[in-house]
Amino acid sequence: MSQSLVTMSYIVATILFILSLSGLSNQETARRGNYYGMTGMVIAILATVFSDAVSSYGILIGALAIGGGIGLFAAKKVAMTQMPELVAIMHSLVGLAAVLVGYANFMDTTSTLAGVEKTIHEIEIYLGILIGAVTFSGSVIAFGKLSEKISGKPMLLPARHWLNLGLLIAAIILGGIFLNQTENGGGLTPLIIMTIIALLFGIHMVMAIGGADMPVVVSMLNSYSGWAASATGFMLSNDLLIVTGALVGSSGAILSYIMCRAMNRHFLSVIAGGFGTASGGEAAVVEGEVHPIDAEETARLLLDAKSIMIIPGYGMAVAQAQHTVNEITKFLRDKGKKIGFGIHPVAGRMPGHMNVLLAEAKVPYDIVYEMDEINEDWDKVDVSIVIGANDIVNPSALDDPNSPIAGMPVLECWKGDTTIVMKRSMASGYAGVGNPLFVKDNTRMLFGDANKMLQEVLKAVKG
Amino acid sequence: MKIGVPKEIHPGEKRVATTPEAAEHIIKLGFSVCVESGAGIGANISDEAYKEAGVEIVPDAKTLWSTADIVMKVRAPEQHAELDLDEVDLLPQGGRLVSFIWPAQNGELMQKLAAKNATVLAMDSVPRISRAQKLDALSSMANIAGYRAIIEAAQHFGRFFTGQITAAGKIPPAKVLVIGAGVAGLAAIGAAKSMGAIVRAFDTRPEVKEQIESMDAEFLMLDFKEEGSGSGGYAKTMSKEFIEAEMALFAKQAMEVDIIVTTALIPGKPAPKLITQAMVATMKPGSVIVDLAAEQGGNCELTEKNKVVAKHGVTIIGYTDLPSRLANQSSQLYATNLRHLLTDMTPEKNGVINVNMEDEVIRGATVIKEGKITWPPPPPTISVSPQPQTEAPAYQKESPSEKPGWLRQILPMLIAGTALFSVGAVAPTAFMTHFTVFVLACFVGYMVIWNVTPSLHTPLMSVTNAISGIIVIGALVQISAPDQIVVILAGLGILLASINIAGGFLVTRRMLEMFRK
Repeated sequence: MSQSLVTMSYIVATILFILSLSGLSNQETARRGNYYGMTGMVIAILATVFSDAVSSYGILIGALAIGGGIGLFAAKKVAMTQMPELVAIMHSLVGLAAVLVGYANFMDTTSTLAGVEKTIHEIEIYLGILIGAVTFSGSVIAFGKLSEKISGKPMLLPARHWLNLGLLIAAIILGGIFLNQTENGGGLTPLIIMTIIALLFGIHMVMAIGGADMPVVVSMLNSYSGWAASATGFMLSNDLLIVTGALVGSSGAILSYIMCRAMNRHFLSVIAGGFGTASGGEAAVVEGEVHPIDAEETARLLLDAKSIMIIPGYGMAVAQAQHTVNEITKFLRDKGKKIGFGIHPVAGRMPGHMNVLLAEAKVPYDIVYEMDEINEDWDKVDVSIVIGANDIVNPSALDDPNSPIAGMPVLECWKGDTTIVMKRSMASGYAGVGNPLFVKDNTRMLFGDANKMLQEVLKAVKG
Repeated sequence: MKIGVPKEIHPGEKRVATTPEAAEHIIKLGFSVCVESGAGIGANISDEAYKEAGVEIVPDAKTLWSTADIVMKVRAPEQHAELDLDEVDLLPQGGRLVSFIWPAQNGELMQKLAAKNATVLAMDSVPRISRAQKLDALSSMANIAGYRAIIEAAQHFGRFFTGQITAAGKIPPAKVLVIGAGVAGLAAIGAAKSMGAIVRAFDTRPEVKEQIESMDAEFLMLDFKEEGSGSGGYAKTMSKEFIEAEMALFAKQAMEVDIIVTTALIPGKPAPKLITQAMVATMKPGSVIVDLAAEQGGNCELTEKNKVVAKHGVTIIGYTDLPSRLANQSSQLYATNLRHLLTDMTPEKNGVINVNMEDEVIRGATVIKEGKITWPPPPPTISVSPQPQTEAPAYQKESPSEKPGWLRQILPMLIAGTALFSVGAVAPTAFMTHFTVFVLACFVGYMVIWNVTPSLHTPLMSVTNAISGIIVIGALVQISAPDQIVVILAGLGILLASINIAGGFLVTRRMLEMFRK
């Protein structure tokens, strides 16, 4: 296959990738978009395999088959509630692949570059491995946190900002040493040390980030995996890799930005980790009495209501309650009640997490609303049910300037007639913030495992 | 206990404080009810109708006042023209009175009643909280006044309210401006709207915008930031600048509309003057102004209390007895409000009232208790406007940056520019071609991703994940290298990336299959 034909195939693949992403702008075209993506990938791989650069096929086909098999198996097995973990671990694979390709390229002695071009090439290798390694270790930690193998609490080392700065400076100095040594054909040692530093940096960065900020981290790592691919593209002078990496990179960056805005946090302060970076005095202590109710009373409230809004949170995912929620929804909708779902942008552990869970339970997506669509209409809602959510319905974000989540937009469900909050116990949310919603006069608390309690509610509304 | 309802003596007052239906309910609470003969005539309720409901008819006012334990009236006590004595004097020592009192305006009356050792409940002092809505006589009277205001306007207006195209020509619809969208204002909007007029409304409280729009009227926005909500759901006095902007709006509207209904009142203050003489002069001849604030001095400068006057060709109606002009309807509503009050005060249904000062509603309504003036009540604890939750020190948004605004905007551009320039200075051409592609791709990505709907963010992440498996290309081109280590590294790279590709696309497909309408 001639070089021009390969390039042309790459252009076609690039266009298909762009179409794939733009297909996701709505649910109808999304499926088609995914097929565009697959086609693009197949074209790109075939074009490369049949290009002049590839001459041995044994390992190639074996690796493709084994890897593809593992991927298909994992995708079939994974439960929808584990999506964040799967996405995180897959980011780590891209990161690791970038590191491996970087090393392979470094050791490949067939290159004929010289002078400035050689230097730039070395810098590209160095950067590619750096970004790949950070992506890899960061994603592994994120995976650990999401699957609760590692505690979700932020691990805050003393002087952590200085530590990060130190690691960064070390990486730059090592870069200088690396460039010097490559002049004489060496340079492997500084490269390996830098890789270790980058791995440590990735670990430290994600360890310091609290569980509530996980959506930002996941989308940020998504972005990194793109930049890693892009850097690899520069290193190999391959435009397809550059373009695709840039697409993925900017996609992840925009997602991170959207998530940060949804939490009213500055991107840097999320990355720097931990809470409490921007508050003055003490946050007001929540005092008051909670009004607990039981499943039957909940059912009665639901049956009396005309308009119901359900606010799912991470707790719904943990309790796997989405199917029961859907059954209740279906039953009440048949009774002529108006039911909607209010989704906060950072509900769950990944952007769009709740939408996927509700879709899995076959909740029609046209009754699932974004925060901005419904936040003005709470006074028309008779009953809202908060399922395993806390910080995203915390009124102190709006009216307590000293709250750690002050200024974060929240679902203002307390403006409706009655709010039912389903919780396991009176513990505070991931942000560790007390929630005055629970002691409001029009709030009722339904304690217990979300799925079990909802089953009881379902029985009560049907009975 | 015996409840007595006298005939209203205020000139032109046609309402009566109870109706046969309400009396029936009151009797069920254990009370006995007597009504002065002819009390209901003005509201088209005959003595016979009362008798049928089990009400005793008392021949004259004196007997009624002296025998009743509780007297229920509409208007505050005043000089009785026929008997030539004050109604207060008719009230026995330690008597009980329920009626409109207006304690703020009637200090002297309050003193007299207190001297009588009376217990007085003022229907105008019922607190405006949700629970008290059923006995909020001000609202029910305001509702009637608003409706009647449009009827009065229609009577004095020489044209249709509704628009029509007829064989004899086109009839434009009347344009109605309602100022103040309280209960009366909303009732006026509803009445005018149902007659087919084009209705606009203005209020200083932004939260009523929705209510106005729900009545299908147009809310006139004032391009000015100031919150007009006082406590208890009433309006407050606005700043000078606001009023100027407001007046400019009215002046403009006055030239356009045919009918203006003003209902602007601020509790305890004379009505604000909103329609000036100059505005009236610019109105079309034949236009009508109905001033519902006439009692408090009027919103229009030319309003004359209790009169209909024509100035500059504009009819200005200053009636203060609009509810009385729909006497039957307003008697019914008022009687029901009173009945609810009695129900609240006799929880045991034994015909004995309990003036429970712990109850927020009864506390608010009671202006004199056994000769002690208890007005004004403590402020209501629940208000329409949100109360600040904490008294934490004012929050300083971040720390205000020292840098001036333009520097903040230009600085990142400068840095980016310098960086790009220095790269361009040393980089070889091959690199620059790739760099061009890279920058353009970033922008394409930026444009495309903003269109992704938030509900598909998870599929977006998994599909970009699959696409970032494109790194497999990097491994593929190296797999044929002569060096064994390179081959192994590249092979591993292919393995990892292909997990990503297959897994990513498949899981995206699985997810997207689930998104169903």
